[in-house]
Amino acid sequence: MTCRYTFGGDEHLFVEVDEAMSLEAFFVSLAITNILRDAKVEGVTEVCPANASFQIKFDPDRIHPTRLLGMVKEIEADASRTDSRLDTRIIEIPVYYQDPWTHGTLMRFRERHQDPGSTDIEFASRINGFEGVDDFVAAHSGAPWFVSMVGFVSGLPFLYQMVDRARQIEVPKYLRPRTDTPKLTVGYGGCFSCIYSVRGAGGYQMFGITPMPIYDPEQQVSYLKDFMVFFRPGDIVKWSPMDREAYDQTLEAVTNGQFEPRVRRVTFDLDEFNADIDRTNARLMEVLYAD
Amino acid sequence: MPINVTSPGILTTIQDLGRPGYYHLGIPMGGAMDRLALIAANLLVGNPEGAAGLEAVFMGPDLEFTEDATVAVTGAHLPPLLNGVEQPCWTAFDVRSGDRLGFDFLKSGARAYIAVSGGIVTPLALGSRSTYAIGALGGYEGRALAPGDTLPIGKTKASGRAGLSVPRALRRAPGPAGELRVLPGLYWNRITETSQRAFFEDTWKVANEADRMGYRFQGGRTMEFVERQQPFGAGSDPSNITDACYPYGSVQVPSGTEPIILHRDAVSGGGYFMIGTVISADMDLIGQLQPNMETRFVEVDMEAALGARADRHAILGSLREALT
Repeated sequence: MTCRYTFGGDEHLFVEVDEAMSLEAFFVSLAITNILRDAKVEGVTEVCPANASFQIKFDPDRIHPTRLLGMVKEIEADASRTDSRLDTRIIEIPVYYQDPWTHGTLMRFRERHQDPGSTDIEFASRINGFEGVDDFVAAHSGAPWFVSMVGFVSGLPFLYQMVDRARQIEVPKYLRPRTDTPKLTVGYGGCFSCIYSVRGAGGYQMFGITPMPIYDPEQQVSYLKDFMVFFRPGDIVKWSPMDREAYDQTLEAVTNGQFEPRVRRVTFDLDEFNADIDRTNARLMEVLYAD
Repeated sequence: MPINVTSPGILTTIQDLGRPGYYHLGIPMGGAMDRLALIAANLLVGNPEGAAGLEAVFMGPDLEFTEDATVAVTGAHLPPLLNGVEQPCWTAFDVRSGDRLGFDFLKSGARAYIAVSGGIVTPLALGSRSTYAIGALGGYEGRALAPGDTLPIGKTKASGRAGLSVPRALRRAPGPAGELRVLPGLYWNRITETSQRAFFEDTWKVANEADRMGYRFQGGRTMEFVERQQPFGAGSDPSNITDACYPYGSVQVPSGTEPIILHRDAVSGGGYFMIGTVISADMDLIGQLQPNMETRFVEVDMEAALGARADRHAILGSLREALT
């Protein structure tokens, strides 16, 4: 995997690790951006990892673009020698699949969809070869996911499922983007899941909703008091299906400040994962649900 | 003693020079679209360059002052009316407690900057008072101004600045041709050479979708893509890429039809390819383009981009010299 370097105007260096999405490309992006951030390079103002690429914002008055380019290429060479382990968090995110709110919204925008005759999740199930929606939900919420990018808008996580490519779910985006998406919608586009952190426009298929806020500019939500954005690139997520009753209870607990997300520290090893995906994922679940 | 907002105009927000440092979490830098204009307004009234002021789009607000202050309006030519009497733009003038500040119709440009001595001192959010409405962050309760809002004003020692004016040569605005300089790059090679030439040859027009997030352009030829097998994760449309970061000023072209230039409230990433980036020196100008205005994109290389950046710094230096 050799990075492609290109400048985004005079203030950004854009680095494509790979054209295609893969955990390997994501890990390279994460490794280089972590080294760069820790190096505190004079003139580098922001380091933004993405799925299979990353971007560096710099001040050309403080570091010449050519000099920065050379430095990052050196780091790329070093990063390939770093080990494949990542100390991170694993988080359980409850999801109410096929909820009434995303259903109401998707019905309003049916004429913008590839298959106006079915719901988003029915469409996704069918084109991915599942027997029915229940099987689809089992696959979506079975194996865990990597937060491979945080962005688009405030604190929105893109997630990539930790399975081999044959088991990856893939769906197209809406033909034309919606002008509305409920806050906390669990969406899907390409090979990525996402959680819409705020209400707004969107083109991803809508599968459900989580009662767990992930962005709070007021910082009132108990677990967002320290910082308003919940996710970081490299977090691991396990979707946990819930019904209406559990959804309402969780929502109430969030409102009362009594909800604490299930979060555990974990070490992920990419080599171990590639050697035995299911066993690695099972070990991650043990850590998450140990108590 | 605050300023009372009687009418907010079409869309008026509190902006300063933004909140860098959170783009990797999807929170854009934000801040005044026309940075030089806000800085000039602040310098005119004796504020620090990065004090928060108002950014008014196409139409000015109606404001009622409850204490004496000095005011300056810069950027778009949106003539201020003090108790109904026109005041010059790019020039400091005094207001008294009880005065009403309104605005005449827009003459040119798109965004006017209103600075008040002492600055607007709403609470800081992530180090800035800039309004990021999509994330309900900063500004006045995270949103654009509404009738009945009251804007807190900071203390100031500056006075005697009335009549101070920005020299004409330092009032930067887009020329009649609306030229924007672009450094090709990013996914530039996804389109054919014919389309690369067409992008710079064609005359484009600003579309109605032109806001703090981005400016859309219409009227140029539809782009042709270099054939390829779409990579895994990118999506099926030839304009799709595996979702990546978007530089500020980057030019994305969904489906190869209408270029969108991302601005201060940019979405931080997504799945559309980009053909290049408007250079930092020309970002201010975009905020002054009106819908339907003709625009040409001019190809530059990195050296020219850095030269233009130095030219803009020189204007800023002259502004400081003239006004402080």
